[in-house]
Amino acid sequence: MVTKPHTAAPRMFGHRRRLFTHVALIGFGLVMLYPLLWMISSSFKPTSEIFSDPSLIPRTFVPQNYPEGWTALEYPFHHYIWNSLVVVAGSIVGNLLACSMAAYAFARLEFRGRRLFFGIMLTTIMLPIHVVIVPQYILFANLDWINTFYPLIVPKLLATDAFFIFLMVQFIRGLPRDLDEAARIDGCGHARIFLRIVLPLSMPALATTAIFTFIWTWNDFFSQLIFLTDPEMYTVPVALRTFVDSQSQTSWGPLFAMSAIALGPIFGFFLAGQRYLVRGIATTGIK
Amino acid sequence: MIGATRERTAPPGAKPPPPRATRRRAVSRLRRRDGLAAYVFLAPWFVGLLAITVGPILASLYYSFTDYSLIGDPQWVGLENYVRMIGDERLHTSLGVTFTYVFVSVPLQLALALALALVLDRGVRGLAIYRSVYYLPSLLGGSVAIAILWRRVFGADGLVNQVLGFFGIQGEGWVSHPDYALGTLVVLNVWTFGAPMVIFLAGLRQIPVMYHEAAAVDGAGPVRRFFSITVPLLTPIIFFNLVLQMINAFQTFTQAFIVSGGDGGPSDATMFYTLYLYREGFGNFDMGYASAMAWLLLAIIAGFTAVNFLASKYWVFYGD
Repeated sequence: MVTKPHTAAPRMFGHRRRLFTHVALIGFGLVMLYPLLWMISSSFKPTSEIFSDPSLIPRTFVPQNYPEGWTALEYPFHHYIWNSLVVVAGSIVGNLLACSMAAYAFARLEFRGRRLFFGIMLTTIMLPIHVVIVPQYILFANLDWINTFYPLIVPKLLATDAFFIFLMVQFIRGLPRDLDEAARIDGCGHARIFLRIVLPLSMPALATTAIFTFIWTWNDFFSQLIFLTDPEMYTVPVALRTFVDSQSQTSWGPLFAMSAIALGPIFGFFLAGQRYLVRGIATTGIK
Repeated sequence: MIGATRERTAPPGAKPPPPRATRRRAVSRLRRRDGLAAYVFLAPWFVGLLAITVGPILASLYYSFTDYSLIGDPQWVGLENYVRMIGDERLHTSLGVTFTYVFVSVPLQLALALALALVLDRGVRGLAIYRSVYYLPSLLGGSVAIAILWRRVFGADGLVNQVLGFFGIQGEGWVSHPDYALGTLVVLNVWTFGAPMVIFLAGLRQIPVMYHEAAAVDGAGPVRRFFSITVPLLTPIIFFNLVLQMINAFQTFTQAFIVSGGDGGPSDATMFYTLYLYREGFGNFDMGYASAMAWLLLAIIAGFTAVNFLASKYWVFYGD
């Protein structure tokens, strides 16, 4: 990201003003993060204390919420984590493969109908999932795919997440064309140019795609709720939802413990991939 | 010229590059083979487009004119589903809830995003840290875990009321009160202002400093510079964020589903349109009506996006 000198800002009250800005920014940040911190601290509190004490330090430290939440549902929680990981891994592989292939064609190849198809691709980004979900459900039901991971993974192998095609097209267009034209003169076919030149140079775009696919798929609730109805196939979000519903007197300590675990991987990817996340969102507006 | 430069920089003993004419002919011969290769590279996307997107769009349009419960064949009923929508009180409620949510939460979210982007753009130290902290909720906001947290934070004995109690204020059970339940979801959406903020920050970086300097020399104060320079030059970004966030907000589902316990309560105060659609389609298995509802949603989103684009002519300035 380009930085610019901020000479225009008046420096009259320099010090005090800057201090005030930082205090305000930190204070606001704390207010924003307080619910998250409260959730983590509550996951170590006995349920009665969650409702009586807003402090972040548990008076009684209850690590048992974690094992208790882990086994509270029909299957142990790692079963749902594993299911989520299978769906996530399949989605990442699908998006990386299919979207990068389509992006290469749109960014580098001349073919009849390119503009038209590119326009259609862009339009599909805006399409609400609700318009297609009913027929998709019927289609997958006819294929006997309900309560399998196919409805969640196969569409990714078919490049239906068009955001990522767009992201990669933008990226590949920025790569110097001389490289692949030189390779073509030397007799390289498209497969080799794609695999040996364009893909390795597109690592930042591929990383952005992988990270966003992870976070979206891990968070996705709507399609997993619709396609997975058998507890054995539940993913983390769907399992969490049954946790809320299963007891009329919800045991909030264990529920918060599992919620904290559900947020863990996103937090990890956030820390590891911040650079890509910020660049990805600044250039394409995905979130 | 280019050829000459190349020859000069070529390592000794390297094969001289082909003359330009030959090279161009070779490239154009390769171009002709592009067509076939392109279709090979696009094959997965074509299959997906037909089977997962266009096919279902057409099917959905067809189902919207039928009575279909997954058992037996769809029965053609003409416009019946659409007529039913006109008299469906609950659908009207869900539209009202969704419109209120979109038109309250999106402007608030964007205003907050812009305000913080402006503060952060003034060269505060630790920008990267602040940006990350404020952005984090955007990644988490759509998750079930956060919706569960929200339900508890705004519960009768939740965090918000504990904090209010500290100041001697007796709070409501916000999520269970028909007047306030939607407000808690608005707060949740505003909380995810980090994503548009990052886009605003990127946009602010594009405004040349010299404009501000020139205006400052001419005696324009910070407020004047904000409205005369920053805002006009930022309008394309404001527009982009507005369109994007509106489209997203119209499709809100997870938060509404979890916070309301799946039934849009209390008294349908959080019966979002998508939640009602889900219940009609996958609760009552009324696939025809759900399809018709999906088309109304598409029409609404397309309509508002079109209005945005038309109105943008009057307030969005594209420089050069």
